[in-house]
Amino acid sequence: MENYIIEMLHITKEFPGILANDDITLRLRKGEIHALLGENGAGKSTLMSVLFGLYQAEKGEIRKSGKPVKINNPNDANGLGIGMVHQHFKLVDIFTVLENIILGVEPKKMGFIDKKEAREKVINLSRQYGLKVNPDELIEKISVGMQQRVEILKMLYRENEILIFDEPTAVLTPQEIDELMDIMRGFAKEGKSILFITHKLNEIMAVADRCTVLRKGKCIGTVDIKDTTKEELSKMMVGRDVSFKVDKKEAEMKEVILKVQNVTVPSHSHKNNAVKNVTFEVHAGEIVGIAGIDGNGQTEFINALTGLDKMSNGYITLCDKDITKATIRGRSKSGMSHIPEDRHKHGLVLDYSLEENMVLQRYWQSEFENKGFIRKMKVRSYAEDLITRFDIRSSQGPVTIARSMSGGNQQKVIVAREIDKEHKLLIAVQPTRGLDVGAIENIHRQLVATRDAGKAVLLVSLELDEVMNVSDRILVMYEGEIVGELDPKKITVQELGLYMSGAKRDVVKENGNAK
Amino acid sequence: MDIFYYLIQNTLPVMVALLLVALGGMFSERSGVINIALEGIMLFGAYIGCLFVYFIEKSSLPSQIILLLGMVVAACAGLVFSLLLSMAAVNMKADQTIVGTALNMLVPAGVLLFSKMFFMSDGVTTNINFYVRNVPVLGKIPILGELFFQNTYISVYIGILILILATVVFYKTSFGLHLRACGEHPQAADSVGINVYRMRYAGVSISGILGGIGGFFYAVGVTNGNSNGHTGVAGFGFLALAVMIFGQWKPIKILFAALFFAFLRTMAYSVALIPFLKSLNINQTYYKMLPYVATMVVLAFTSKKSRAPKAEGIPYDKGMR
Repeated sequence: MENYIIEMLHITKEFPGILANDDITLRLRKGEIHALLGENGAGKSTLMSVLFGLYQAEKGEIRKSGKPVKINNPNDANGLGIGMVHQHFKLVDIFTVLENIILGVEPKKMGFIDKKEAREKVINLSRQYGLKVNPDELIEKISVGMQQRVEILKMLYRENEILIFDEPTAVLTPQEIDELMDIMRGFAKEGKSILFITHKLNEIMAVADRCTVLRKGKCIGTVDIKDTTKEELSKMMVGRDVSFKVDKKEAEMKEVILKVQNVTVPSHSHKNNAVKNVTFEVHAGEIVGIAGIDGNGQTEFINALTGLDKMSNGYITLCDKDITKATIRGRSKSGMSHIPEDRHKHGLVLDYSLEENMVLQRYWQSEFENKGFIRKMKVRSYAEDLITRFDIRSSQGPVTIARSMSGGNQQKVIVAREIDKEHKLLIAVQPTRGLDVGAIENIHRQLVATRDAGKAVLLVSLELDEVMNVSDRILVMYEGEIVGELDPKKITVQELGLYMSGAKRDVVKENGNAK
Repeated sequence: MDIFYYLIQNTLPVMVALLLVALGGMFSERSGVINIALEGIMLFGAYIGCLFVYFIEKSSLPSQIILLLGMVVAACAGLVFSLLLSMAAVNMKADQTIVGTALNMLVPAGVLLFSKMFFMSDGVTTNINFYVRNVPVLGKIPILGELFFQNTYISVYIGILILILATVVFYKTSFGLHLRACGEHPQAADSVGINVYRMRYAGVSISGILGGIGGFFYAVGVTNGNSNGHTGVAGFGFLALAVMIFGQWKPIKILFAALFFAFLRTMAYSVALIPFLKSLNINQTYYKMLPYVATMVVLAFTSKKSRAPKAEGIPYDKGMR
């Protein structure tokens, strides 16, 4: 019999309406890095939450070192030495690093928290594993990478032996990812066992020993990484062959559509400017990608560009028309389409029906309105048309409430609306966030088609692969400035990472072209 | 100088009522439950406390002991009443603002009904003197003695003790750390094995206890041992909410905020004694608006910067991610 530290046998977990985990078996060896691969909604996080005691499975059994155990809450999991770094960090912003690490297991002296003892232990751990943190800094003041270190220290402080990482690399720069991989290898060497949830194949190939693949709540199989390839894994994950390259011709640059000149945007969270003196142009027939780590001014810039927020300096022209002070509807009428970053907040009215969402920017046009009344039948037929053309799936067609739809289909609604509307410039911010491989492929194809139809496309994304594959030209944003203009065909991901982390920058000339 | 002493001496009992209720609000909100019912809790505590005093004032117990006993009774009353809020907000995941408003409306009505039924009046009137003219020994200290230990109530000292205790519990114990985590990021608290529901019950219950005591101290130090359903606690519960926000949900800042509001109120009621204000010859009624106007002004200017507990008002649901 093999030496399994954790066995999850025939786990079944049901949520109202969905079978999230259907008879899944996963065995974790001591000292291995075991990847858990699957698309969004495949049931990875649910399975791990069952192991961590956040959910209880309806059927199935968990064993530790061969003995059946019951895990009813995170305390039980902790007692068995299971720790987890959650995808969305579970850190209290206004607490210090130290307070977050000891939360729930505070060392006490006469009823009071003994911070001195805790601090020593944390400092020792942080030295031992090379996880540099300042114990007295507030969480809200430190970088995301640093926050992740805090999460890892939380597990080490609790002396956990089984470490679960839920999509740990989504928020990191390539350099930080390499660091994390090294740390994980170090843990494995020490005999700790690691479960690593991801949908990024490169990372699995780089660091994992074995990999279990889930698809739509079912277990597809467990494979040894040394016996498999990226293509095989992706086929297991999606159920069909997937192309990683976006098919596209050379860009045919035409006239300038969008011109951004010296745009500066003040920040809402600190005193400095969030966007500093940004200047660039986007031409018809090209896709310009803005790359950067989350929080480097992209959101603020897009808000200023689309009119959601004010800029303090600079101007913007769209097709030679000054729109610096234009209203949001004014911009929309001038030919700006916007796929917003937060589809729930800015993209859809969630409690409206699909057809109402389809005409949000256009209900006042004579096509859809007659003497102040909305022409319901026109709206209905327009929505039906878009639903067929963009393959939007919903339970009740045009009258489906947007909230009840899946994320991928919600996104399709927005993409359909923005692309079908008359426009010259399409701004797509994180258009594939939270979508699975199939849906991503589809949206990338739409972006390229828009470009080929002679429109200008501005893509803002945190996903490096997306920026690299889809864009014709990449601008890197770091701390509110454009620090480089790069050609995706001539640059490596590592190099791009250096720009994104501020380690490298070009002098950017007035017209936005880097030397 | 006499006027200054007088103002401070009269500010402190008012301040203590505000301080305790605002601290109560702090415990509740930092655990994640908005407690708009403070006004109702206060009146409930004040009324039950006074009722208790009414029934035992003729016994031979010394008045300060009666005050202490009344305080315990008021605390229990506040606690019991606050359980209605916890139950609705934590177990039934109701909208906390609406529950709070409902509770606020319930109390004055109940007080009026009860008083009419049993006393044929609007409230309960006690006939006992809790006033302390001069604290032995300490009252003799020059200046400080006159400021803090003459013409006062023991409620002031109890209030300060509770403040110290609350601060220590809030910042130095596991309980305080867990409570604050629940108001900020309950999912994080849950993931490290803290029972969010229990902590929220604790937070609201503490606000009930402190709200009840605060109400009783209001009756003792401000309305002379009386409590009725018409004037209730004169919006002090809402003032306490303002004090809490002005104090940024932090105990020591709340102390200063309470002092500020209490001082304004005392000044408004002492206009006749302050030569400068008297010479302005403005109708006293306008001065009485001061604390309430100040609330609006202060909140209008500070609310943009104020940082409320992130998760307050959102019922915690284990299933949500």
